[in-house]
Amino acid sequence: MAKHIISLTVNGVREYVEVPSNMTLLTLLRERLGLTGTKDGCSAGECGACTVLMNFEPVNACLTLAVEAEDAVILTVEGLPQDGRLDPVQQAIIDHGATQCGFCTPGVILSARALLDRNPSPSEWEIKDALRGNLCRCTGYTRIIRAIQDAAVGGADD
Amino acid sequence: MILPLPDLPSFDYIRPKSYQQVSELLHQQSEDVRPFMGGTDLFVQMRDQIIAPKILVDVKLLPGMISIEYDHEVGLHLGAAVNLNAIAKHPEVIEYYPLLVEAANSVASYQLRNRATIGGNLCNASPAADMAPSLLILEAKLIAVGLNGERVIPVNEFFRAPGENALERGELLKRIEIKPPPEGWFGKYLKLGRNAEGDLAIAGVAVLGFPDQTAESGYRFRIALSSVAPTPIQALKAEEILNQGPISEESIEAAAITSRDACQPIDDVRASGNYRKAMVEVLIRRGLEEVWSAIQVGG
Repeated sequence: MAKHIISLTVNGVREYVEVPSNMTLLTLLRERLGLTGTKDGCSAGECGACTVLMNFEPVNACLTLAVEAEDAVILTVEGLPQDGRLDPVQQAIIDHGATQCGFCTPGVILSARALLDRNPSPSEWEIKDALRGNLCRCTGYTRIIRAIQDAAVGGADD
Repeated sequence: MILPLPDLPSFDYIRPKSYQQVSELLHQQSEDVRPFMGGTDLFVQMRDQIIAPKILVDVKLLPGMISIEYDHEVGLHLGAAVNLNAIAKHPEVIEYYPLLVEAANSVASYQLRNRATIGGNLCNASPAADMAPSLLILEAKLIAVGLNGERVIPVNEFFRAPGENALERGELLKRIEIKPPPEGWFGKYLKLGRNAEGDLAIAGVAVLGFPDQTAESGYRFRIALSSVAPTPIQALKAEEILNQGPISEESIEAAAITSRDACQPIDDVRASGNYRKAMVEVLIRRGLEEVWSAIQVGG
């Protein structure tokens, strides 16, 4: 099987890696770069636990090849805090107790971050729509939605 | 049942240099070579061991594959690898083809739509393809490229059977061409799923209408359906009822019933065939009523 030497930026760090053709971005992040915040749920693009930002847009890392990320800018949950401060979405998830088992949380946070970047004050419907690809089997979503509403307001105040 | 695997089966990933190279690869080794764009269906099929290609050719890197161009004279040209969010966000698509925005936004989730492509949605030839009904009623032309150059396939000749399209050995879908929208038109895509949106359709209906003096009723309607037959289909007899007119509650009801009778749905995990037929009648009536109230001249 062919191998490819690629460079990409992950959480602000330039990485040079050799990857086989069939390696997913998810495996590259978790197994090669040790960034286990991104989760493997369904491996089929249904659950959203593997959501990362690729060139500032959310994608399912389980359905993206590592080799496709050549020259891309990747952001995972580990890269969100700035200068030791959590992202407002992360802080709001904590403040609202909007996580239980936590498996969906990194994907939820990245989908929400991307939403607020393209729409700083989304409606409740727009939040639900943006999270349609992130399944949470614990919380019932209510606290997650409240947290994102709070982060949106908080972000506007910054 | 096969559990999801952490990684994909072995294959070689290739970045093609030209359309010619893709056609040669597809022609020489059609069993083993697959064009690859978004991967949202392809990788799922590979993980489920339904297909096992040895070579994936990343055709979205070829020139024109991710371009969106609109011109008032020519209409809309979409590269086959344009992703569904790119369609839904494009200012001229939003202005002139809101039907396509509705259809694109009905697919799966936001992050999946960043990867899923319009060409992939068509080439998979799923009976449930969400983009198909809208493209059928917009009379899209599909441009395939092969060893002998380009060929035009009308979209209503593209779907052959579940998973089977009209591409020949060595051909790749390159571009989707849609005429400028007819004057005064309004279109609607109504999708019924098990949840509000995002699931595969139990039934999908696209309805379009516009004033047309060459039609007896003064209006021309087009109707297409997904998830209710082996391929996406047009409801031509129902269209004819409305084109002959007059447009009334009765003719809309007759068109809805005729559309229902055009369906040959299966029973599956999402719904029974009978339920699908019943819902097609309801969706078509709703769609036609909405379209009719939007397009009536002086109405």
